Amino acid sequence: MADEVLDAKGLNCPLPILKAKKALNGLVDGKTLEVLSTDPGSVADFEAFCRATGNELVEHNNDGDIYRFLIKRVA
Amino acid sequence: MAEAIGEKALSNAKKMTIICTKGSLDWAYPPFILATTAAAMDVDVTMFFTFYGLQLLQKDLKLKVTPLGNPAMSMPMGGMHMSMPNMVGMIPGVTDMASVMMKNLIKKKGVASIEELREAATLSDVRMIGCQMTLDLFELDKKDMIDEIEIGGAATWMESALESDINLYM
Repeated sequence: MADEVLDAKGLNCPLPILKAKKALNGLVDGKTLEVLSTDPGSVADFEAFCRATGNELVEHNNDGDIYRFLIKRVA
Repeated sequence: MAEAIGEKALSNAKKMTIICTKGSLDWAYPPFILATTAAAMDVDVTMFFTFYGLQLLQKDLKLKVTPLGNPAMSMPMGGMHMSMPNMVGMIPGVTDMASVMMKNLIKKKGVASIEELREAATLSDVRMIGCQMTLDLFELDKKDMIDEIEIGGAATWMESALESDINLYM
């Protein structure tokens, strides 16, 4: 279970990333954020976002049109 | 020692500047999307607004898009795409109609409004510089602009650009 869940369903680029960043800022290191999105572009974007910021993309998968990302805040 | 080193030297963040020269609804998107996303990825962002781009800093935004001179503008409509003969864009009211259509589409597709992106930019400490020369040229008043901006000129941008990793012109 993630420490916090962000529902970004229905939002388009770049809102899921902007809202995820805001939510991550509210977490302490090591805590996790689950993001739900319907934007197919968010798969590549969350991978790139995590690589560039150093946050850990623990896992991601999709259930139909809903994409789920589990991100652990790292520094 | 930290005081002596100064704030700039302590920051390891990558830096980016964007020169924003256009003030139409469609062209307002690329700079604000990239600025807010870069800020979310821990990049220090400076935006310099000049000429028509300065309109993007008005408190009250009345952004429009025109099909005139834009043969690539094609709007989805009932599963099809509608593009207007270029000359239709000259008819009075067509710009307003196209702008309303675009804004409705933006809302329907969950795309942020420029107001939202601009607010996100100010909240994530994106530095926004309005061009002094443009204020004078078009007789615009800083009082009509959002409070978070500073006013500067080419040298102000240049100083940021010289220490930046990415400099974009839009």
